[in-house]
Amino acid sequence: MTISFMHPALIMIVGALLLPLFRGPFRKPYMILIPVLTFIDVLYLSGHPGTYGVVQFMDWELTFGRVDRLSMIFAFIMSLMAIIGTIYGMHVEDEYQHMASWFYVAGSLGAIFAADYITLFLFWEMMAFASTFLIFAKRDKAALEAGYRYILIHTFGGVILLLGFVLRYQATGDLSFDLLNVKNPELYTWLIMIGLMLNAAVPPLHSWLPDAYSKATAIGAVFMCAFTTKTAVYTLIRSCAGFEVLIYLGIIMAVYGIIYAIMENDIRKLLGWEIISQVGYMVTAVGIGTTLALNGASAHAFAHILYKGLLFMGAGAILTATGKQKLTDLGGLYKKMPGTMIFMLIGGLAVSGLPLMSGFVSKSMIITAAFNEHLLWAGFALTFVSAGTFLAAGLRLPYLLFFSKNNCSDETWAKAKDPSWNMQLAMTIGGFLCIFIGCYLPFLYNMLPYTDVTYHPYNAYHLSETIQIMAFTAFGFFMLRKYIMPVNKISLDLDWFYRMGGRAFLWIVTNPLQYFDTALSKFYKVVGISVLMETSKFWSWFDWNGIDGVVDGSARCVRAIGRRVTIVLQRGQIQQTICYTISFAAVLLVAYVWL
Amino acid sequence: MIANLIDYLSDRLPIVTKVCYVAMAFIVFWSMSVDTSHAHTWAEKMIPGFWSLFGLGSCAVVIMVARWYGRSGVQTREDYYDN
Repeated sequence: MTISFMHPALIMIVGALLLPLFRGPFRKPYMILIPVLTFIDVLYLSGHPGTYGVVQFMDWELTFGRVDRLSMIFAFIMSLMAIIGTIYGMHVEDEYQHMASWFYVAGSLGAIFAADYITLFLFWEMMAFASTFLIFAKRDKAALEAGYRYILIHTFGGVILLLGFVLRYQATGDLSFDLLNVKNPELYTWLIMIGLMLNAAVPPLHSWLPDAYSKATAIGAVFMCAFTTKTAVYTLIRSCAGFEVLIYLGIIMAVYGIIYAIMENDIRKLLGWEIISQVGYMVTAVGIGTTLALNGASAHAFAHILYKGLLFMGAGAILTATGKQKLTDLGGLYKKMPGTMIFMLIGGLAVSGLPLMSGFVSKSMIITAAFNEHLLWAGFALTFVSAGTFLAAGLRLPYLLFFSKNNCSDETWAKAKDPSWNMQLAMTIGGFLCIFIGCYLPFLYNMLPYTDVTYHPYNAYHLSETIQIMAFTAFGFFMLRKYIMPVNKISLDLDWFYRMGGRAFLWIVTNPLQYFDTALSKFYKVVGISVLMETSKFWSWFDWNGIDGVVDGSARCVRAIGRRVTIVLQRGQIQQTICYTISFAAVLLVAYVWL
Repeated sequence: MIANLIDYLSDRLPIVTKVCYVAMAFIVFWSMSVDTSHAHTWAEKMIPGFWSLFGLGSCAVVIMVARWYGRSGVQTREDYYDN
């Protein structure tokens, strides 16, 4: 069995490394081939659950391939999204971007199949670093700065995770990546959860997401919106299911995200805030922790990757065509970009949970799980957010982009057009799947990790509930829309603290510390050097006059004594010499006898 | 083609608006005939068109909170972080 295991991440990594060798007419077929091979590999593995790729590394047993129902549903959607994303970006010549995105996918797949913390950490960091290059690839100042912020905050999260699992290893001697004891959490349980939570963009560790995703390249954002947060949701399901604090954090996240999405002017930032809001549903579900809730979290992650990918592809199409991504610079685009409009509407309605769309069959599972556990407040809060989601992504965004007042400059208007065939193909696949999942339930539901629960979204009451909410939210929007028109402003968020904190640090370094440093060098120059010079002068004088005097004086003295002895004793008269010698010997003899 | 359809509809906005109002009325009316045995709370069973009110209320709350929050100083000039 071990022989038949080929890690899907390995295909992506080798594929990425060989990518620069395929040029010209070979590039596009190769770019289709590798993600498709990865997808086929994942499909093959889904028929062969088990544990593969166990490697002994020093004292630790690393497990690269844990194939079960939970890892399979995530691996399936990740490898499918890799195909869609690669098709979307196929026209881009920049091979480093493609390599970064494939390494990023490999990191995600590796983390999903990992069954121990060391392997998880390895792929976790691979994701963080690879995705940073998708931001840098935009090659402007804002992207460069956002990229550094992104990598710094993810490194911080990685360190917290590392700290958590090392402490756990020290306490229990166990490195396996399984469900933690969330009922009696230890310090390391919290640290591991915080490390994973940062990647899921759970407040207060969420600000990196809208910041980075709005600055990445068009295809970079399409990849990023799928992989980081949903891989984190997978790891939270795996390790923190039933951790009650996640219910509260998830609800805060869902509400917080939607309020910011409503205020936002930048379309990709708006979609980023929407991710935070939608991942809030999944985090809440992980906190609830029942099998229905966990199925709901997996299903919603699956559906979310597709419709959010579709929305980011639409936003990327607008950015690629016009170079603009602010609502205040766009508007009235239905005439110029009808194809993009349809896909963004499908995405927007799917995220809003319109019946027959993917959001309807996935989101409602989480809300039902909350009500089933008698968490009425959570159920109502999530329903409240779903109205807000429809408002932000299903009404406000398409309205302001495609229908409302045309804010485009002449240049923008002239440039606006539907994107190239490959981008439209990728959006068609995404759009088709958003509808297909909503219409044909077994496709998604048969893949869900826990088979002991069943769920039927299509009943008259649920349909009536959803349609009422959507109809009256739409009514409310058209009545109150003037209050949420976009303005040319940015919304401050918790990143203020580290951006300004960084600035304060810089200020402290450049002002008080620098002043102190300068003062110290001046003091040294003025006082230190002259003292040193005077001291050296003294020692030089002392050396010359003192030490040299003693040494030279002794030498002179010895020489003078020697000369005198020579003059007195060695006159060359033998009788005198014999007299001295005998006298000296007699003195010695007397002294010897006497003593 | 789609652009033409949108133009056609926007030229007849009053009629489209009326159709929407009729549809909303129908949705509320239909909701009263739906079996509420799956409802989670008594409010859903007792208040006719509960979710319509909930939807409208949620929408208004989100819009007003976002507006108030944005104006409370959270929304600021675009070059705020520039040196």
